[in-house]
Amino acid sequence: MSNPVIKVENLSKKYILKHKNSEPYTALRDVISNKVKTIANSKSQILNPKSEEFWALNDVSFEIKQGDRVGIIGRNGAGKSTLLKILSRIVTPTKGRITIEGRVASLLEVGTGFHQELSGRENIFLNGSILGMNKNEIKKKFDEIVDFSGVEKFLDTPVKRYSSGMYVRLAFSIAAHLEPDILIVDEVLAVGDADFQKKCLGKMKDVSGQGRTVLFVSHNIAAVQNLCDKGIYLKQGKVQMIGNVEAVLSSYLKASSEIQQIDLADRKDRSGNGIIHFVSVEVKNENNIPMKSLQCGKFGKIRINFNRKNNMPLNNVHFAFGINDEYGQRIAQFNNEITNQLFSDLRVDTIDIIINKVPFRQGIYSFVLFATVNNEIADWIQDAGTFEVEAGDFYNTGKLPPDGQGNIFIEHSFQLIQP
Amino acid sequence: MSKHRIVIEPDTEDSNYWKDLWNFRGLFYFLAWRDILVRYKQTAIGVLWSLLRPVLTITVMAFIGWLFKSNIPGGVPRLVFVAAATLPWTFFSTSFSEASNSLIANSNLLTKVYFPRLIVPASTVIVCLVDFFISLVILIVLMIFCKFIPDIKILLLPLFLLLALVTSLGTGLYVASLNVKYRDFRYIVPFIVQFGLYASPIAFSSNDIYSNQSIPKILKIIYSLNPMVGVIDGFRWCVFGGNISMNLTGFIISIFISILFLGFGIWYFRRMEKSFADVI
Ligand SMILES: Nc1ncnc2c1ncn2[C@@H]1O[C@H](COP(=O)(O)OP(=O)(O)O)[C@@H](O)[C@H]1O
Ligand SMILES: [Mg+2]
Repeated sequence: MSNPVIKVENLSKKYILKHKNSEPYTALRDVISNKVKTIANSKSQILNPKSEEFWALNDVSFEIKQGDRVGIIGRNGAGKSTLLKILSRIVTPTKGRITIEGRVASLLEVGTGFHQELSGRENIFLNGSILGMNKNEIKKKFDEIVDFSGVEKFLDTPVKRYSSGMYVRLAFSIAAHLEPDILIVDEVLAVGDADFQKKCLGKMKDVSGQGRTVLFVSHNIAAVQNLCDKGIYLKQGKVQMIGNVEAVLSSYLKASSEIQQIDLADRKDRSGNGIIHFVSVEVKNENNIPMKSLQCGKFGKIRINFNRKNNMPLNNVHFAFGINDEYGQRIAQFNNEITNQLFSDLRVDTIDIIINKVPFRQGIYSFVLFATVNNEIADWIQDAGTFEVEAGDFYNTGKLPPDGQGNIFIEHSFQLIQP
Repeated sequence: MSKHRIVIEPDTEDSNYWKDLWNFRGLFYFLAWRDILVRYKQTAIGVLWSLLRPVLTITVMAFIGWLFKSNIPGGVPRLVFVAAATLPWTFFSTSFSEASNSLIANSNLLTKVYFPRLIVPASTVIVCLVDFFISLVILIVLMIFCKFIPDIKILLLPLFLLLALVTSLGTGLYVASLNVKYRDFRYIVPFIVQFGLYASPIAFSSNDIYSNQSIPKILKIIYSLNPMVGVIDGFRWCVFGGNISMNLTGFIISIFISILFLGFGIWYFRRMEKSFADVI
C-alpha cells in the first residue's frame, strides 16, 4: 500500500463577500471615513454590516495515492477551483491542513502570462518558466513542444497575430510537457478544437501512465470518464462522494438531472459578440411540464431561454443545438437553417425545439449551443450541459437493438419485393 | 521524494520561503526579461523613452537651480551637478511607481500560479535598473560636453547604487502591497513622487540645507530622513570628489532609514502576500 501523496484534512476556505461595491478590495477612502465616523460616533458599528462570510470549502478531507488520476466534479460554484488553488498554494486555506509529497504543477488557465507582443518562441520560454520549468528543461523540450503545437511556421510571429486556435494549441503544448510528480488541471480543455482536445487528453494519459498523479476538473463528463480512475464529487463546498470514477459520476449525473433547468447565464466559457446570450435550457413534455429527462420514443421539447442585447429585434437568426454522446462524438444537430426557419424580426427570448419522437438510446448526452445573427457568431457554448434520456419503447414493439448496435433509432420497416 | 514535501496550513510561517525564492530565480529572470523585451521591442522608442524623462528633468531642475542661484561647488558645471542627482532620482521614482503598480498589472499571474510574490515587484525594480544604466549615457555625454573629468571616487558609485536599490525595493514592496489592499492608494503615489522631486537635493545641494543657519535643526533632521538624500549625496560625492563635503550624520541616518524601509517593506509584504490572490 503506497502512502498518500496528497493528504487533505478538514480543509475550509472562507471568503468575505462585500455587497456594497461588489469589489473585493478595500478603499483607503472608506477606511478613513469609517474611522472618522467611529470616532465621531462611538456607537456606530465597526464591522462593515454589508459584508458577509461565505465558505467556499467546508471541512473537506481526502487522500490521494501516487498514480491516482482523480476527477473533481461538481456544479459551478461548488468549490472545485478553490480546492485546486489551495493545493497549488495560490490561495491560503482558512482552516485545515494539507500535506503534499512531490513537485506540483498546476494548469488553471491556458497561456497564463502569455504576452501579446512577444513571439511564440519567446512565450514558450516565458510561460514555461511561469509553470515552473527551468531554462534547461525548456530548451530540452523546445522542439517537442513546437512539434506538438504545430505552429512552427509562426514561431517568430508575435502571438497577438495568432488565431485563437493556434494560441490555445501553443499554450497547451507547453503545459503538456511539464514533468511534475503531481499535475493539477482546471477546466482548460473547455477551449480549443475537439481534435486537439483529444490529443491533449491522450498526452495527459501518457503522463499519468508514468506514475504521475493527476487532479482534473472538467465539465466534460466524457473526458473525466476517459482520463480518471477516481472521482471526488463536491457540492456546495463539501465532499458529497469520493470513490471509483464511474460511481461518483453516476451519482453526480443523477443529482444534476434532478435540477431541471441548466443555468447558463454566468458561464464564462463562451464566445461570440453577445448579441444573443443564452440564459438557460430546460427539458419539457408536451404540456410544458418541466421534466428531469427526455424519454426515448416519446414527444419532447427542449426550451432555450436567452437574452437579446438591448432587447433589440434581431434579423437572420440562426440557432444550432448539437448533441454529443458520452465519448464527445457529435451524433445529431438541431438547426433552424436546415429546417428553413431562419428567424427575422425576432422579438422573443424563448424558443422550443420540438422533437416528435426522441430517437436516442437511454443515457447521458451533452450539448453545444450556438447562435449567429447576420452570419456573425452571437453566442457559442461548448459543453453547455447534459441531459438524460430515459429508456423507452421506440418501436412500440417492446424491443430495441441490443447494446452496441447503435444508439440512435430510426423508424423503418421491411418490405418484401416479389420477383 | 520527501525532499519535495509541502505542508499547507493557514498562518504558518513558511520556512521554505527563501529557498523557494531561490528556486524561482528563473521566473524572476524571465519576468524582468519579458518587461525589458517588451519595452525595447521597438528599440528606438524604448531607448528614447528611458532617456527622455531624465533629460527633461535635468533641464528643468538645472533651470530652477540657476534661477534661485543655488550653490554649486566651484569648477563643477551645473548640468553635470544636476544630472548626477537626477539619474538616481529617476531610478528611484520609476521603481517606486512601477513597483507599486506591479502586482495589479500581473494579477492574472497572481491568481493562476504559485510563486513567491516578492518576485514581481523585485523584477520591476530590476527593469528600472536597466533603464538607469542606459540613462548613464546622459551623464557621460554631459561630462564630455562640459569637459569635466570625474573624481577617482566614481569607482565607489556601485555602493551608492546598491543603496538606491535597497531604498527602491523597500519602499516599492510596501506600496505594492498597499496598492492591492487599498486600490485607491494609486492616486497617492504620483503625489509622493512629485513631492520627493523637490524635497530631494536635485536642483540644490545638501550643503545648502545643512550649512544654512536659518534652518532649524529639527527640519535638517527631517530632511535627512529622506533616504534619497543619502543616495544623491553619495552619488555626488563619488562624481565630484573633493569638491563636495559629505554630511556624515545625515548620510548615516539615510542609510539607516533605507535599511529600515527594506526590512519593513519585506515584513509587510510577506504579511499581506497570502491574501493577494483573494482580493486582487
Ligand atoms: N476571491 C474570491 N472572493 C470571493 N468569493 C470567491 C472568490 N473566489 C471564489 N469565490 C466564490 O467561491 C465559490 C466557489 O468558487 P469556485 O471554486 O471557483 O467554484 P467552481 O470552480 O467549482 O465553479 C463561488 O461561489 C465563488 O463565487
Ligand atoms: Mg471553476
